[in-house]
Amino acid sequence: MEREIVVPGDMLGEDPKLSGSGTYVQDGKVYSANYGLVDRRSSIKVIPLSGRYIPARSDLVIGKVVDVTFSNWIVDINSPYEGLLHLSEFPERVDPANMNKYLHAGELIIARVADVDPTMKVELTMRDEHLRILKQGRVIDISHVKIPRVIGRNGSMISMLKKDLNVSIFVGQNGRIWLKGDEKKVDLAIRTIFKIEREAHTSGLTDSIKDYLNKELEQLRNT
Amino acid sequence: MTKPEKLIVDGKRLDGRGPLDLRPIKFKAGVLKRADGSCYLEFGGNKVMAAVYGPREVHPRHLQNSSRAIVRYRYNMAAFSVEDRKRPGPDRRSIEISKVSREALECVVLEALYPRSAIDIFVEILQADAGTRAAGINAASVALADAGIPMKCLVSACAVGKVDDTLVLDLNKDEDNYGQADLPIAVTQFGDVSLCQMDGHLTEEEFGQAVDMAIVGCKKLHEMQKQALVEKYGEMVSPQAEEAEAQKADGGERSE
Repeated sequence: MEREIVVPGDMLGEDPKLSGSGTYVQDGKVYSANYGLVDRRSSIKVIPLSGRYIPARSDLVIGKVVDVTFSNWIVDINSPYEGLLHLSEFPERVDPANMNKYLHAGELIIARVADVDPTMKVELTMRDEHLRILKQGRVIDISHVKIPRVIGRNGSMISMLKKDLNVSIFVGQNGRIWLKGDEKKVDLAIRTIFKIEREAHTSGLTDSIKDYLNKELEQLRNT
Repeated sequence: MTKPEKLIVDGKRLDGRGPLDLRPIKFKAGVLKRADGSCYLEFGGNKVMAAVYGPREVHPRHLQNSSRAIVRYRYNMAAFSVEDRKRPGPDRRSIEISKVSREALECVVLEALYPRSAIDIFVEILQADAGTRAAGINAASVALADAGIPMKCLVSACAVGKVDDTLVLDLNKDEDNYGQADLPIAVTQFGDVSLCQMDGHLTEEEFGQAVDMAIVGCKKLHEMQKQALVEKYGEMVSPQAEEAEAQKADGGERSE
């Protein structure tokens, strides 16, 4: 099946009830609001091909602390809006007079978006398992719309990467990916992820990436 | 350049076009790596580069609007874009064009989705040959879509003018300089006019005809704009993308 590319203003259907994300209704008809691919399976949705990360509640993100205020850490989450991590959302008890001791500017964290209000004030939390400060490893940035391809169907792509390379990987919904493991293998994993990003719209991606990985691993063993 | 004696000879214009023909046009979407969206456009002798950044944080802070995104548009002519060097920097003309072009595009951008943010559009005229504001709007509209900014539809713009008492579509430099009227118009795909300026003189009847001609020209441009966006991904689309996109709703992937 060929996927259909639409641009803003393309008419997608006559039933306003089917209007999903990336679409809008005018005069009882559904139009595309985005430049992207159409998904007509349940409702009519347009999956964008580009765009910035807009935080949504319960997203897991990788953030960078940029500032410390008297009760909040301000976190860059690779989005037009900054995240706020209140000291009560830190996993330990925090002495407000000495917040830098727990988390200082420049540190990277895995956090969950606790709430986003209509003015786009983004509240983060670290009070959950898996949420922590990243002390080691490397973080790369890719376009957040390509994240689903890096994860793959039911996580097939990412689990293949982890298994074949024996590297720890965490994929944030905001387009940041954290990797830790053997340096050479992390290098290869990063190359592979950039390859996935470049070829995100091609078919049979998991298979072609598998071939690529096997070839590269072979080379790594021989050197 | 001196004024040519006649601008229309045997029903043909000086560059060989009929009265209803556009100049050769070439769009290319996604040409700048650092911008969120971009478009390069050749519109006859005009060469225009448009770049879109955002939505992003607003600086200076007092400009931000807590209920919607603001749109900023900068139209700039390069010093080398015209025969005599243009003094660089904003002048009265480019400030006016920036304002009207911004308003022409603002009405289709779904600003309410991104409160407290800014969408910046930069249009750089690398080579000018009459009709640069229309070319700028066409390019900026494609760049906005390329940046993934939600919009109601694309905006297309072109000019109609009157030379030798005849209405002609898409004026070239000579027709612009020595013609009797120039009427740049921008329309959305639904036919709503979002920019309409005029200098020179037209009768009421001519004005009506001119607007209709411009709308026909914009329809053609709209097709080219769509084409440019589809071509950027073109043949590369696959059914597999669909499956993976379904994962989007699920949370992040974790390890350890």
